[in-house]
Amino acid sequence: MEEPNQKMYLYKRVVQAKLFIDHHYAESIDLQNIADEAFFSKFHFIRLFKSIYGKTPHHYLTQVRINAARQLLTQPISISEVSEAVGFESVTSFTALFKKLTGSSPSVYQQHYQKRKMQIAINPLRFVPNCFAENHGWTKNRNFQEVTL
Amino acid sequence: MITKLTHMCVYVLNQDSAYDFYVNKLGFKVHTDAPMGPGTRWLTVCPPEQPELEITLFLVAEGNMFTKETVKTMTQLIKQGTFGAAVFTCNDLLATYEELKSKGVVFRKVPTKEFYGYEALFVDDSGNWFSLSQMAAS
Repeated sequence: MEEPNQKMYLYKRVVQAKLFIDHHYAESIDLQNIADEAFFSKFHFIRLFKSIYGKTPHHYLTQVRINAARQLLTQPISISEVSEAVGFESVTSFTALFKKLTGSSPSVYQQHYQKRKMQIAINPLRFVPNCFAENHGWTKNRNFQEVTL
Repeated sequence: MITKLTHMCVYVLNQDSAYDFYVNKLGFKVHTDAPMGPGTRWLTVCPPEQPELEITLFLVAEGNMFTKETVKTMTQLIKQGTFGAAVFTCNDLLATYEELKSKGVVFRKVPTKEFYGYEALFVDDSGNWFSLSQMAAS
């Protein structure tokens, strides 16, 4: 692996394609765009991508979009805005895929996050192992526990 | 009997910079980011596929835990690259190496064949070093 010139050349192209997905997931890109980005034939590209990342480019793109949606859902943004912002054309398909991959609907996920955020603000010590809190002196000075929202 | 590791500490010199490194460059997920009073923050991140392990990005700062002298010593040691914090694994080392390098991650050791598989070493924004390995297929 120290002198993998040929292999590294291929790897660099696949990594380039992966980064293309990472940067352009919100756009209307399809597999052919991604393969073009890597200068591969579609078939060869899918095979190589899957051997490296364990999933097809299409599945990876979906995962990136859902992860980006999870991040956006931590903000007070509507589900339809999130859906559009991460590259879905239909809110229905976004909601269904989100639920399939995360186990909860976008709205439930958003509510859960807001609830947890509030719990952290009200009582952050609940999220810190006591040994760390004690060593930091946080258990003596609980002023930050009195935060109200 | 001990069953699992749930938290581990990485001592960092700046939590904002560490957040950027671990989240935006390594792709880790934020588990908890809780303000704990002025200038203090409980920040933990998880490797993407290991949500149950919280890596605490622990700020080396003067306070209850560290004296001024300790902070000075630790800062120097961390910057010097004294501490090896952990071993991470990935499915494909060459691809991960290329990706991280393109994001500006500094490697101390390029992917190299070892008796157990392949290994590279990278350093975080503070100076802690990590092994990044791809185990040989058994």
